[in-house]
Amino acid sequence: MNKCIERLYNGIIKENPTFVLILGMCPTLAVTTSLINGAGMGLTTTVVLMLSNTIISMLRKVIPAEVRMPAFIVIVASFVTMVQFLLQAYLPSLNNALGIYIPLIVVNCIILGRAESYASKNPVLPSLFDGIGMGLGFTIGLSFLGAFREILGSGSIAGVQFIAEEYHIRIFGYAPGAFFVLAGLIAIQNKIRLNHGKKVKELPSCNGKCTECEQKCDNPTGKEGE
Amino acid sequence: MKELLIIAIGSAFVNNVVLSQFLGLCPFLGVSKKTKTAGGMGAAVIFVITVSSLITSVIHNFILVPTKMEYLDTIVFILVIAALVQLVEMILKKNSPALYESLGVYLPLITTNCAVLGVAIINVQNSYSILMSVVNGLATAIGFTIAIVIMAGIREKIEYNDIPESLRGMPIVLIIAGLMSIAFFGFSGLL
Repeated sequence: MNKCIERLYNGIIKENPTFVLILGMCPTLAVTTSLINGAGMGLTTTVVLMLSNTIISMLRKVIPAEVRMPAFIVIVASFVTMVQFLLQAYLPSLNNALGIYIPLIVVNCIILGRAESYASKNPVLPSLFDGIGMGLGFTIGLSFLGAFREILGSGSIAGVQFIAEEYHIRIFGYAPGAFFVLAGLIAIQNKIRLNHGKKVKELPSCNGKCTECEQKCDNPTGKEGE
Repeated sequence: MKELLIIAIGSAFVNNVVLSQFLGLCPFLGVSKKTKTAGGMGAAVIFVITVSSLITSVIHNFILVPTKMEYLDTIVFILVIAALVQLVEMILKKNSPALYESLGVYLPLITTNCAVLGVAIINVQNSYSILMSVVNGLATAIGFTIAIVIMAGIREKIEYNDIPESLRGMPIVLIIAGLMSIAFFGFSGLL
């Protein structure tokens, strides 16, 4: 049981995918126009991550090593398709707000990264909790970003407006704002790290290749020189 | 013709794939240190996206729609793209070693580039014809190349600048991307 709680802590705090590993940038920037959209995307990804981690962990002895990437991709794509249909049926408004970013969960580095580096090597229960932890960490990151952009851009939080129209900074609701808010949040983090005598955050070193994130996830501290 | 031109300009500039749709951010941030590598990545992306838009659109229109299996879109597309990238890599290696030398290293990185799958899905959602899909794919990839090459040029310049310590690395690159995104925002009056 301790192992499961450790996985949750690891996903939410120690290896938070948004702020520590800087993975899954596309949805992070694209859908965080408001708190609800950010949290919705995060929770959708969490569900897919939980299911895919569980199934991949169950099948880890069946899937041959040579074809594991295509096999993982098919498993993830199947769950994404299922979740997409559930959203279309029961939460059409969220489905419309997230648009093409739901099918694109398939290529989210976090999911393949976790499948490769954790679920394919560990038993079912810790893998499930690893999925929950990572998913919740991602959800927290997205909600945070979404809340910031919603407050600055449309003066509201979760749709409840509390700042008058003339004080809204519209640009935070649009594409450039996403870059600026994330830049600001990482800069603040860097400031704190520097005060603790650590190095600033480097750019993602995986060059967009998910399998290489594996090394980073396995050894996150090595890269950051702590 | 006019319709194709509108699609092309729309996806290359107005809805730039990186700067307004946020697809393909990983290579945009990761492979943009030098103009030369950024150009190579751009060329590989142009090649793969154009071919994959053609193939996914043919599969969608001639296989999945007649058999009423559109719900398999995502699964089929991602597999086709992964197989296609492998195939292209093998063909280039055998038939055109020179081209393989310059593009080969970027090809494996492209499978998980969400721009490739993104374009295929956008083509289907807008129910583009096959020709329109290819034009859309090509234009999107050109937009990606423009963005990544400009970004690499700027990063080469700022390398020797005195950037505040906490902004070094990731934040300054994101701020540059934000400023570029504002510049591309200006294109929205074009259509």
